[in-house]
Amino acid sequence: MKTILLILLLAVAPAWAADSLAPKLDIGKGGQCVDDPKFMRTNHMKLIVHQRDETMRKGIRGGKYSLANCVECHASKVNHSVLGSNQNFCQGCHAYAAVKIDCFECHSSKPREFRKASVLAAKDMK
Amino acid sequence: MAGLAIAPGLTLFDFAQARPAGEPASSAVRWGMLIDTTKCESGCNDCVTACSKENGWPEAKTATDAQWIRKVELKDMRTGRQTSLPMTCQHCAEPPCVEVCPTNASFKRADGIVLVDKHRCIGCRYCMMACPYKARSFVHEPVLDHDSDMPRGQGTVESCTLCVHRVDKGEQPACVEACAKAGHRAILFGDLNDPNSEIYLRIRSVTSTQLRADLGLNPGIAFVGL
Repeated sequence: MKTILLILLLAVAPAWAADSLAPKLDIGKGGQCVDDPKFMRTNHMKLIVHQRDETMRKGIRGGKYSLANCVECHASKVNHSVLGSNQNFCQGCHAYAAVKIDCFECHSSKPREFRKASVLAAKDMK
Repeated sequence: MAGLAIAPGLTLFDFAQARPAGEPASSAVRWGMLIDTTKCESGCNDCVTACSKENGWPEAKTATDAQWIRKVELKDMRTGRQTSLPMTCQHCAEPPCVEVCPTNASFKRADGIVLVDKHRCIGCRYCMMACPYKARSFVHEPVLDHDSDMPRGQGTVESCTLCVHRVDKGEQPACVEACAKAGHRAILFGDLNDPNSEIYLRIRSVTSTQLRADLGLNPGIAFVGL
């Protein structure tokens, strides 16, 4: 009985350890996020969805969870985008978790100052 | 600050104020435009170019290309008089595009700006059929190079947004600025409900017409000289 429990414990242990397959992200400028990173990881999708209605339909500007501001901070310093490779901020985790995102079909994946360069990164997310 | 008074009751231009962050658009405001066709120059395309640059749509070359604003040349068949005007979404008070939209993507914001919520738009194009002004366009090609603060994407319908991203900052739409820069000043933008605004005063002093007024849509855009 005890040995069975010990074996089960050891089998489950690797999941508790840091996931070595998890993407190593280029977080761009990084720094202080608008909220706690663990909270953002779990909830960013709900926050973005809620805020888009506030911005679009009610015209409330300057919201905390602005998608454009995420891109401004988190666009890679290498290709100036949140898409393009599995080290890029949005694409990295989303490719790992196999969750398709279509935000960037309409929204820019690049911060304002880098928008003129043409990158076909948006196509990689399809 | 209402504006710079240049004569009793006349303001030169409005110091438009940005809406404070966190404040929703208000129905106390109604944004509109007054377009003076007598000042609109026939060959000039500055408003179209400015809009396309500001909002990131390539200038239309084929019938299926997106076009948010177009120049229309008119001729009175009786007199032979020719005029020209810029044609955009008329931001109706009773928009047919909003009525027909199956997903509520096409909506009228509290301050009168009619918009397409791309999060909800399924690209059915019913609004394109319903609009009497042919204001709406469908985006057929993937948008590869988002180069503006105005998100736009393949498979959705779009139209003139009255440069809502600029208006919310207290600025004027790109077409209005371009026309003023070109020296024509044919387009006047402002709050139709604000008794201190130039557009409020001017619309009460000159004869203006709405296009297809018979449809009862009450557009926010009126024209002088038609």
